[in-house]
Amino acid sequence: MPRTHITTVINGDETEFLTEDSTSLLNALRDEVGLTGAKEGCGTGDCGACSILVDDRVNCACLMFAPEADGTVIVTVEGLADSGELHPLQQCFLEGAALQCGICTPGFLMAAKALLDKNPDPTETEIRYALAGNLCRCTGYDKIIRAVQEAAREMRGQ
Amino acid sequence: MKYVAPSSVEEAASLLSSSPSAQVFAGATDVVPQIRAGRPAPDVLVDLKKIKELVALNSDGDKWTVGAATPTAYLTEDEAFSHEFPGLSEAAGLIGSDQIQNRSSLGGNLCNASPAADSVPAMVVNGVRAVVAGPNGTRVLDVSEVVTGPGQTALDDDEFIVEFEIDKMPSRSGDAYLRMIPRTEMDIAVVGAGARVTLADDGSIEQAVLALGAVAPTVVRIPDAEQALVGSTADEETLNAVAAAASEACDPIDDKRGTVEYRKQVAGVLAKRAVVIAIERAEQRNGTN
Repeated sequence: MPRTHITTVINGDETEFLTEDSTSLLNALRDEVGLTGAKEGCGTGDCGACSILVDDRVNCACLMFAPEADGTVIVTVEGLADSGELHPLQQCFLEGAALQCGICTPGFLMAAKALLDKNPDPTETEIRYALAGNLCRCTGYDKIIRAVQEAAREMRGQ
Repeated sequence: MKYVAPSSVEEAASLLSSSPSAQVFAGATDVVPQIRAGRPAPDVLVDLKKIKELVALNSDGDKWTVGAATPTAYLTEDEAFSHEFPGLSEAAGLIGSDQIQNRSSLGGNLCNASPAADSVPAMVVNGVRAVVAGPNGTRVLDVSEVVTGPGQTALDDDEFIVEFEIDKMPSRSGDAYLRMIPRTEMDIAVVGAGARVTLADDGSIEQAVLALGAVAPTVVRIPDAEQALVGSTADEETLNAVAAAASEACDPIDDKRGTVEYRKQVAGVLAKRAVVIAIERAEQRNGTN
Protein backbone atom coordinates (compact mmCIF):
# COMPACT_ATOMS: atom_id res chain seq x y z
CA MET A 1 0.00 0.00 0.00
CA PRO A 2 1.32 3.47 -0.82
CA ARG A 3 1.84 5.59 2.25
CA THR A 4 1.04 9.28 2.53
CA HIS A 5 3.40 11.77 4.14
CA ILE A 6 1.72 13.89 6.82
CA THR A 7 3.11 17.03 8.42
CA THR A 8 1.46 18.27 11.58
CA VAL A 9 2.17 19.92 14.91
CA ILE A 10 1.59 17.56 17.82
CA ASN A 11 1.89 18.80 21.41
CA GLY A 12 3.91 21.78 20.20
CA ASP A 13 6.41 19.84 18.05
CA GLU A 14 6.37 19.71 14.29
CA THR A 15 5.80 16.04 13.57
CA GLU A 16 5.92 14.08 10.33
CA PHE A 17 4.68 10.57 9.80
CA LEU A 18 3.76 8.15 7.05
CA THR A 19 0.35 6.51 6.98
CA GLU A 20 -1.97 4.48 4.81
CA ASP A 21 -4.99 6.54 3.77
CA SER A 22 -7.50 4.23 5.42
CA THR A 23 -5.75 4.39 8.81
CA SER A 24 -7.58 6.32 11.51
CA LEU A 25 -5.77 9.26 13.04
CA LEU A 26 -6.04 7.40 16.34
CA ASN A 27 -4.10 4.42 15.02
CA ALA A 28 -1.54 6.66 13.32
CA LEU A 29 -0.94 8.53 16.58
CA ARG A 30 -0.57 5.29 18.50
CA ASP A 31 1.35 3.19 15.97
CA GLU A 32 3.31 5.68 13.84
CA VAL A 33 3.90 8.58 16.24
CA GLY A 34 4.12 6.47 19.41
CA LEU A 35 1.57 8.48 21.39
CA THR A 36 -0.57 5.86 23.08
CA GLY A 37 -2.46 8.17 25.45
CA ALA A 38 -5.58 8.34 23.28
CA LYS A 39 -7.39 5.01 23.53
CA GLU A 40 -9.74 3.12 21.30
CA GLY A 41 -12.93 2.24 23.14
CA CYS A 42 -15.70 1.87 20.57
CA GLY A 43 -14.07 3.05 17.33
CA THR A 44 -17.33 4.70 16.28
CA GLY A 45 -17.34 8.07 18.03
CA ASP A 46 -19.60 7.05 20.91
CA CYS A 47 -17.26 6.67 23.90
CA GLY A 48 -14.78 9.55 23.59
CA ALA A 49 -11.75 7.57 24.84
CA CYS A 50 -9.81 8.78 21.79
CA SER A 51 -10.62 12.48 22.32
CA ILE A 52 -7.88 14.87 21.22
CA LEU A 53 -7.81 18.55 20.29
CA VAL A 54 -7.49 19.31 16.59
CA ASP A 55 -7.08 23.03 15.88
CA ASP A 56 -8.42 23.73 19.39
CA ARG A 57 -11.57 21.65 18.95
CA VAL A 58 -12.22 18.34 20.66
CA ASN A 59 -12.51 15.47 18.20
CA CYS A 60 -12.70 11.70 18.24
CA ALA A 61 -9.42 10.60 16.67
CA CYS A 62 -11.10 7.31 15.69
CA LEU A 63 -13.45 9.18 13.33
CA MET A 64 -10.66 10.99 11.51
CA PHE A 65 -8.67 9.53 8.69
CA ALA A 66 -4.97 10.06 9.36
CA PRO A 67 -4.38 12.14 6.18
CA GLU A 68 -6.91 14.68 7.49
CA ALA A 69 -4.32 15.64 10.12
CA ASP A 70 -2.04 17.20 7.52
CA GLY A 71 -1.52 20.86 8.37
CA THR A 72 -3.41 20.73 11.66
CA VAL A 73 -2.33 21.47 15.23
CA ILE A 74 -3.02 18.54 17.54
CA VAL A 75 -2.91 18.24 21.31
CA THR A 76 -3.11 14.81 22.95
CA VAL A 77 -3.11 13.96 26.66
CA GLU A 78 0.68 13.69 26.46
CA GLY A 79 0.74 17.43 25.75
CA LEU A 80 -1.23 18.44 28.86
CA ALA A 81 1.54 18.40 31.47
CA ASP A 82 4.01 21.29 31.27
CA SER A 83 7.70 20.40 31.79
CA GLY A 84 6.84 17.49 34.02
CA GLU A 85 4.24 19.37 36.01
CA LEU A 86 0.74 17.95 35.74
CA HIS A 87 -2.03 20.13 34.33
CA PRO A 88 -4.56 21.18 37.02
CA LEU A 89 -7.10 18.81 35.45
CA GLN A 90 -4.69 15.89 35.75
CA GLN A 91 -3.79 16.84 39.33
CA CYS A 92 -7.45 17.16 40.32
CA PHE A 93 -8.38 13.83 38.70
CA LEU A 94 -5.53 12.24 40.65
CA GLU A 95 -6.38 13.84 43.98
CA GLY A 96 -10.12 13.32 43.56
CA ALA A 97 -9.76 9.67 42.49
CA ALA A 98 -11.70 10.53 39.35
CA LEU A 99 -10.51 7.40 37.63
CA GLN A 100 -10.34 3.71 38.25
CA CYS A 101 -9.09 1.66 35.29
CA GLY A 102 -7.99 4.81 33.47
CA ILE A 103 -8.93 3.88 29.91
CA CYS A 104 -11.42 6.73 29.59
CA THR A 105 -9.28 9.27 31.45
CA PRO A 106 -7.23 10.74 28.56
CA GLY A 107 -10.46 11.40 26.68
CA PHE A 108 -12.18 12.98 29.68
CA LEU A 109 -9.14 15.19 30.27
CA MET A 110 -9.09 16.45 26.69
CA ALA A 111 -12.86 17.05 26.55
CA ALA A 112 -12.64 18.87 29.89
CA LYS A 113 -9.72 20.96 28.62
CA ALA A 114 -11.71 21.93 25.52
CA LEU A 115 -14.56 23.04 27.79
CA LEU A 116 -12.41 25.07 30.21
CA ASP A 117 -10.51 26.70 27.34
CA LYS A 118 -13.71 28.33 26.16
CA ASN A 119 -15.66 28.46 29.42
CA PRO A 120 -13.47 28.88 32.51
CA ASP A 121 -16.42 28.90 34.90
CA PRO A 122 -18.89 26.25 33.73
CA THR A 123 -21.93 25.16 35.72
CA GLU A 124 -22.30 21.52 36.68
CA THR A 125 -24.91 21.14 33.93
CA GLU A 126 -22.54 22.62 31.35
CA ILE A 127 -19.80 20.23 32.46
CA ARG A 128 -22.14 17.25 32.20
CA TYR A 129 -23.21 18.25 28.68
CA ALA A 130 -19.61 18.90 27.61
CA LEU A 131 -18.61 15.44 28.84
CA ALA A 132 -21.66 13.63 27.45
CA GLY A 133 -19.51 12.23 24.65
CA ASN A 134 -17.20 10.49 27.10
CA LEU A 135 -18.15 7.21 28.75
CA CYS A 136 -16.72 5.83 31.98
CA ARG A 137 -17.72 2.32 33.06
CA CYS A 138 -15.85 2.26 36.39
CA THR A 139 -16.23 5.21 38.72
CA GLY A 140 -19.45 6.81 37.70
CA TYR A 141 -19.34 10.43 36.78
CA ASP A 142 -19.65 12.39 40.02
CA LYS A 143 -15.96 12.29 40.91
CA ILE A 144 -15.05 13.29 37.36
CA ILE A 145 -17.44 16.25 37.45
CA ARG A 146 -16.09 17.32 40.85
CA ALA A 147 -12.50 17.07 39.60
CA VAL A 148 -13.32 19.31 36.63
CA GLN A 149 -15.04 21.82 38.94
CA GLU A 150 -12.01 21.84 41.24
CA ALA A 151 -9.57 22.25 38.34
CA ALA A 152 -11.67 25.10 36.94
CA ARG A 153 -11.56 26.83 40.34
CA GLU A 154 -7.78 26.44 40.55
CA MET A 155 -7.27 27.66 37.01
CA ARG A 156 -9.35 30.74 37.79
CA GLY A 157 -7.02 31.34 40.73
CA GLN A 158 -9.72 30.80 43.36
CA MET B 1 -8.84 3.17 -0.12
CA LYS B 2 -7.38 6.43 -1.34
CA TYR B 3 -7.93 9.76 0.41
CA VAL B 4 -8.19 12.94 -1.64
CA ALA B 5 -8.93 16.48 -0.49
CA PRO B 6 -9.81 18.66 -3.48
CA SER B 7 -9.72 22.42 -3.05
CA SER B 8 -12.54 23.32 -5.44
CA VAL B 9 -16.09 22.19 -6.20
CA GLU B 10 -15.11 21.50 -9.83
CA GLU B 11 -12.19 19.31 -8.80
CA ALA B 12 -14.41 17.36 -6.39
CA ALA B 13 -17.07 16.90 -9.07
CA SER B 14 -14.56 15.58 -11.59
CA LEU B 15 -13.09 13.18 -8.99
CA LEU B 16 -16.57 11.83 -8.30
CA SER B 17 -17.45 11.29 -11.96
CA SER B 18 -14.09 9.67 -12.79
CA SER B 19 -14.31 7.06 -10.06
CA PRO B 20 -17.51 5.01 -9.76
CA SER B 21 -16.99 4.01 -6.14
CA ALA B 22 -15.81 7.38 -4.90
CA GLN B 23 -17.64 8.78 -1.91
CA VAL B 24 -17.68 12.28 -0.48
CA PHE B 25 -17.49 12.88 3.24
CA ALA B 26 -17.37 15.79 5.68
CA GLY B 27 -17.14 14.70 9.32
CA ALA B 28 -17.18 10.95 8.67
CA THR B 29 -19.28 10.52 11.81
CA ASP B 30 -21.56 8.19 9.85
CA VAL B 31 -19.07 6.95 7.23
CA VAL B 32 -16.56 5.49 9.69
CA PRO B 33 -19.10 3.58 11.82
CA GLN B 34 -20.72 2.27 8.61
CA ILE B 35 -17.39 0.97 7.27
CA ARG B 36 -16.60 -0.54 10.65
CA ALA B 37 -20.00 -2.23 10.66
CA GLY B 38 -19.11 -3.96 7.40
CA ARG B 39 -20.29 -1.68 4.61
CA PRO B 40 -17.78 -1.92 1.74
CA ALA B 41 -15.29 0.94 1.89
CA PRO B 42 -15.19 3.20 -1.19
CA ASP B 43 -12.10 3.12 -3.43
CA VAL B 44 -11.72 6.87 -3.14
CA LEU B 45 -12.74 9.01 -0.21
CA VAL B 46 -13.25 12.62 -1.17
CA ASP B 47 -12.81 14.97 1.79
CA LEU B 48 -14.93 18.08 1.15
CA LYS B 49 -13.58 20.12 4.06
CA LYS B 50 -10.69 21.67 2.13
CA ILE B 51 -13.12 23.43 -0.23
CA LYS B 52 -13.54 26.91 1.20
CA GLU B 53 -17.23 27.45 0.46
CA LEU B 54 -18.15 24.09 1.96
CA VAL B 55 -16.97 25.14 5.40
CA ALA B 56 -18.54 28.57 5.76
CA LEU B 57 -21.48 30.28 7.45
CA ASN B 58 -22.44 33.59 5.88
CA SER B 59 -25.32 36.00 5.89
CA ASP B 60 -25.98 38.55 3.16
CA GLY B 61 -28.96 40.85 2.70
CA ASP B 62 -31.71 38.30 2.28
CA LYS B 63 -30.32 34.86 3.04
CA TRP B 64 -27.89 32.72 4.98
CA THR B 65 -25.61 30.26 3.24
CA VAL B 66 -24.25 27.31 5.18
CA GLY B 67 -21.50 25.24 3.56
CA ALA B 68 -22.57 21.60 3.39
CA ALA B 69 -19.50 20.41 5.35
CA THR B 70 -19.60 23.15 7.99
CA PRO B 71 -19.39 21.64 11.48
CA THR B 72 -22.77 21.88 13.21
CA ALA B 73 -20.93 23.46 16.18
CA TYR B 74 -20.61 26.62 14.08
CA LEU B 75 -24.40 26.89 13.87
CA THR B 76 -24.86 26.75 17.62
CA GLU B 77 -21.88 29.03 18.33
CA ASP B 78 -22.89 31.77 15.88
CA GLU B 79 -25.04 34.15 17.90
CA ALA B 80 -26.68 35.86 14.94
CA PHE B 81 -27.63 32.55 13.31
CA SER B 82 -28.91 30.91 16.47
CA HIS B 83 -30.86 34.05 17.38
CA GLU B 84 -32.54 34.09 13.98
CA PHE B 85 -33.07 30.32 13.64
CA PRO B 86 -33.17 28.97 17.21
CA GLY B 87 -35.05 25.85 16.12
CA LEU B 88 -32.61 24.93 13.36
CA SER B 89 -29.65 25.79 15.56
CA GLU B 90 -30.98 23.63 18.39
CA ALA B 91 -31.75 20.75 16.02
CA ALA B 92 -28.20 20.85 14.63
CA GLY B 93 -26.90 21.05 18.19
CA LEU B 94 -28.68 17.84 19.16
CA ILE B 95 -26.54 15.70 16.85
CA GLY B 96 -24.20 13.78 19.16
CA SER B 97 -21.56 15.03 21.59
CA ASP B 98 -19.22 18.03 21.39
CA GLN B 99 -16.74 15.70 19.68
CA ILE B 100 -19.35 14.90 17.02
CA GLN B 101 -20.54 18.52 16.78
CA ASN B 102 -17.06 19.56 15.72
CA ARG B 103 -17.29 17.16 12.75
CA SER B 104 -20.95 16.59 11.87
CA SER B 105 -22.51 18.72 9.13
CA LEU B 106 -25.92 19.55 7.68
CA GLY B 107 -24.83 18.01 4.37
CA GLY B 108 -23.86 14.76 6.04
CA ASN B 109 -26.90 14.65 8.30
CA LEU B 110 -29.16 15.09 5.26
CA CYS B 111 -27.37 12.78 2.80
CA ASN B 112 -26.89 9.96 5.29
CA ALA B 113 -30.65 9.86 4.86
CA SER B 114 -31.57 8.51 8.27
CA PRO B 115 -35.28 9.00 8.94
CA ALA B 116 -34.27 10.21 12.42
CA ALA B 117 -31.80 12.93 11.33
CA ASP B 118 -32.43 15.83 13.72
CA SER B 119 -31.53 18.73 11.43
CA VAL B 120 -33.83 17.67 8.60
CA PRO B 121 -37.31 18.49 10.00
CA ALA B 122 -35.88 21.85 11.13
CA MET B 123 -34.49 22.51 7.65
CA VAL B 124 -37.76 21.47 6.00
CA VAL B 125 -39.93 23.82 8.07
CA ASN B 126 -37.55 26.67 7.25
CA GLY B 127 -37.77 25.99 3.52
CA VAL B 128 -34.02 25.40 3.24
CA ARG B 129 -32.64 24.78 -0.27
CA ALA B 130 -29.68 22.57 -1.16
CA VAL B 131 -27.29 23.67 -3.91
CA VAL B 132 -26.16 20.44 -5.57
CA ALA B 133 -23.01 20.20 -7.70
CA GLY B 134 -22.42 17.59 -10.36
CA PRO B 135 -20.48 17.09 -13.57
CA ASN B 136 -22.75 19.51 -15.44
CA GLY B 137 -22.78 22.33 -12.95
CA THR B 138 -25.19 22.99 -10.13
CA ARG B 139 -28.90 22.60 -9.47
CA VAL B 140 -31.05 23.59 -6.53
CA LEU B 141 -33.32 21.22 -4.63
CA ASP B 142 -35.60 21.84 -1.68
CA VAL B 143 -34.26 19.93 1.30
CA SER B 144 -37.63 18.16 1.44
CA GLU B 145 -36.88 16.65 -2.00
CA VAL B 146 -33.42 15.28 -1.19
CA VAL B 147 -34.18 12.19 0.87
CA THR B 148 -36.28 9.58 -0.93
CA GLY B 149 -36.12 6.76 1.62
CA PRO B 150 -33.91 5.36 4.39
CA GLY B 151 -30.33 5.66 3.07
CA GLN B 152 -31.59 6.89 -0.31
CA THR B 153 -31.33 10.35 -1.84
CA ALA B 154 -32.35 12.07 -5.07
CA LEU B 155 -28.69 12.87 -5.76
CA ASP B 156 -26.85 11.04 -8.52
CA ASP B 157 -23.69 9.16 -7.56
CA ASP B 158 -21.55 11.96 -8.96
CA GLU B 159 -23.42 14.77 -7.22
CA PHE B 160 -22.90 16.32 -3.81
CA ILE B 161 -24.33 19.24 -1.84
CA VAL B 162 -22.21 22.39 -1.88
CA GLU B 163 -24.22 24.61 0.44
CA PHE B 164 -27.61 25.34 1.91
CA GLU B 165 -29.52 28.55 1.32
CA ILE B 166 -31.86 29.80 4.01
CA ASP B 167 -34.01 32.86 3.43
CA LYS B 168 -33.80 35.30 6.33
CA MET B 169 -36.45 34.84 9.00
CA PRO B 170 -39.27 37.31 8.34
CA SER B 171 -40.50 39.45 11.20
CA ARG B 172 -43.20 37.94 13.46
CA SER B 173 -41.90 34.47 12.59
CA GLY B 174 -40.27 31.78 14.66
CA ASP B 175 -39.08 28.19 14.46
CA ALA B 176 -38.70 25.31 16.91
CA TYR B 177 -37.52 21.72 16.96
CA LEU B 178 -38.12 19.18 19.69
CA ARG B 179 -37.01 15.60 19.89
CA MET B 180 -37.87 12.76 22.19
CA ILE B 181 -35.11 10.43 23.38
CA PRO B 182 -35.20 8.30 26.51
CA ARG B 183 -32.11 10.04 27.92
CA THR B 184 -30.76 13.59 27.89
CA GLU B 185 -27.94 13.37 25.34
CA MET B 186 -26.27 11.09 22.84
CA ASP B 187 -29.21 9.16 21.43
CA ILE B 188 -31.18 8.88 18.22
CA ALA B 189 -34.60 10.51 17.93
CA VAL B 190 -37.63 8.38 18.75
CA VAL B 191 -39.64 11.26 17.35
CA GLY B 192 -38.59 14.72 16.16
CA ALA B 193 -40.94 17.62 15.44
CA GLY B 194 -40.18 20.93 13.73
CA ALA B 195 -42.47 23.92 13.46
CA ARG B 196 -42.31 27.34 11.92
CA VAL B 197 -45.00 29.99 12.12
CA THR B 198 -45.55 33.52 10.90
CA LEU B 199 -48.06 35.69 12.71
CA ALA B 200 -50.41 38.24 11.18
CA ASP B 201 -50.73 41.75 12.66
CA ASP B 202 -53.75 40.69 14.73
CA GLY B 203 -51.72 37.88 16.34
CA SER B 204 -53.39 35.06 14.47
CA ILE B 205 -51.31 32.57 12.54
CA GLU B 206 -50.71 33.57 8.93
CA GLN B 207 -48.43 30.68 7.93
CA ALA B 208 -47.49 27.40 9.57
CA VAL B 209 -45.19 24.61 8.48
CA LEU B 210 -44.82 21.43 10.51
CA ALA B 211 -42.59 18.42 9.88
CA LEU B 212 -41.93 15.20 11.75
CA GLY B 213 -38.82 13.03 11.83
CA ALA B 214 -38.25 9.38 12.84
CA VAL B 215 -41.90 8.44 12.28
CA ALA B 216 -41.84 7.51 8.57
CA PRO B 217 -39.27 6.48 5.93
CA THR B 218 -38.63 10.17 5.27
CA VAL B 219 -39.44 13.39 7.07
CA VAL B 220 -43.15 14.16 6.66
CA ARG B 221 -45.03 17.44 6.54
CA ILE B 222 -48.39 17.65 8.35
CA PRO B 223 -50.69 19.56 5.94
CA ASP B 224 -53.83 18.99 8.03
CA ALA B 225 -52.17 20.52 11.08
CA GLU B 226 -50.83 23.44 9.05
CA GLN B 227 -54.32 24.15 7.68
CA ALA B 228 -55.85 23.92 11.13
CA LEU B 229 -53.38 26.50 12.45
CA VAL B 230 -53.69 29.12 9.71
CA GLY B 231 -56.14 31.83 10.76
CA SER B 232 -56.31 30.52 14.32
CA THR B 233 -54.70 31.77 17.52
CA ALA B 234 -53.58 28.26 18.39
CA ASP B 235 -56.25 27.83 21.05
CA GLU B 236 -56.55 24.52 22.84
CA GLU B 237 -58.99 23.04 20.36
CA THR B 238 -56.70 23.89 17.41
CA LEU B 239 -53.65 22.49 19.19
CA ASN B 240 -55.52 19.27 19.86
CA ALA B 241 -56.34 19.11 16.15
CA VAL B 242 -52.62 19.65 15.42
CA ALA B 243 -51.71 16.76 17.72
CA ALA B 244 -54.30 14.49 16.13
CA ALA B 245 -53.11 15.37 12.61
CA ALA B 246 -49.49 14.77 13.63
CA SER B 247 -50.30 11.33 15.03
CA GLU B 248 -52.24 10.58 11.87
CA ALA B 249 -49.37 11.67 9.59
CA CYS B 250 -47.03 9.09 11.13
CA ASP B 251 -46.12 5.84 9.44
CA PRO B 252 -43.60 4.63 11.98
CA ILE B 253 -41.83 1.35 12.68
CA ASP B 254 -41.71 -0.68 15.87
CA ASP B 255 -38.16 -0.92 17.14
CA LYS B 256 -36.16 -0.93 20.36
CA ARG B 257 -36.56 2.84 20.62
CA GLY B 258 -40.34 2.88 20.51
CA THR B 259 -43.51 1.16 19.35
CA VAL B 260 -45.77 2.44 16.58
CA GLU B 261 -48.39 3.44 19.13
CA TYR B 262 -45.87 5.28 21.30
CA ARG B 263 -44.32 7.14 18.38
CA LYS B 264 -47.75 8.29 17.15
CA GLN B 265 -48.72 9.53 20.59
CA VAL B 266 -45.40 11.35 21.12
CA ALA B 267 -45.51 12.89 17.63
CA GLY B 268 -48.79 14.59 18.55
CA VAL B 269 -47.43 15.91 21.83
CA LEU B 270 -44.18 17.19 20.32
CA ALA B 271 -45.88 18.82 17.33
CA LYS B 272 -48.18 20.73 19.66
CA ARG B 273 -45.31 21.85 21.91
CA ALA B 274 -43.14 22.85 18.95
CA VAL B 275 -45.95 25.06 17.62
CA VAL B 276 -46.33 26.77 20.99
CA ILE B 277 -42.59 27.52 21.18
CA ALA B 278 -42.49 28.75 17.57
CA ILE B 279 -45.38 31.13 18.33
CA GLU B 280 -43.63 32.49 21.43
CA ARG B 281 -40.53 33.14 19.37
CA ALA B 282 -42.53 34.75 16.57
CA GLU B 283 -44.15 37.10 19.09
CA GLN B 284 -40.70 38.23 20.21
CA ARG B 285 -39.53 38.90 16.65
CA ASN B 286 -41.34 42.12 15.96
CA GLY B 287 -40.24 44.41 13.18
CA THR B 288 -36.55 44.60 12.44
CA ASN B 289 -34.72 42.00 14.53
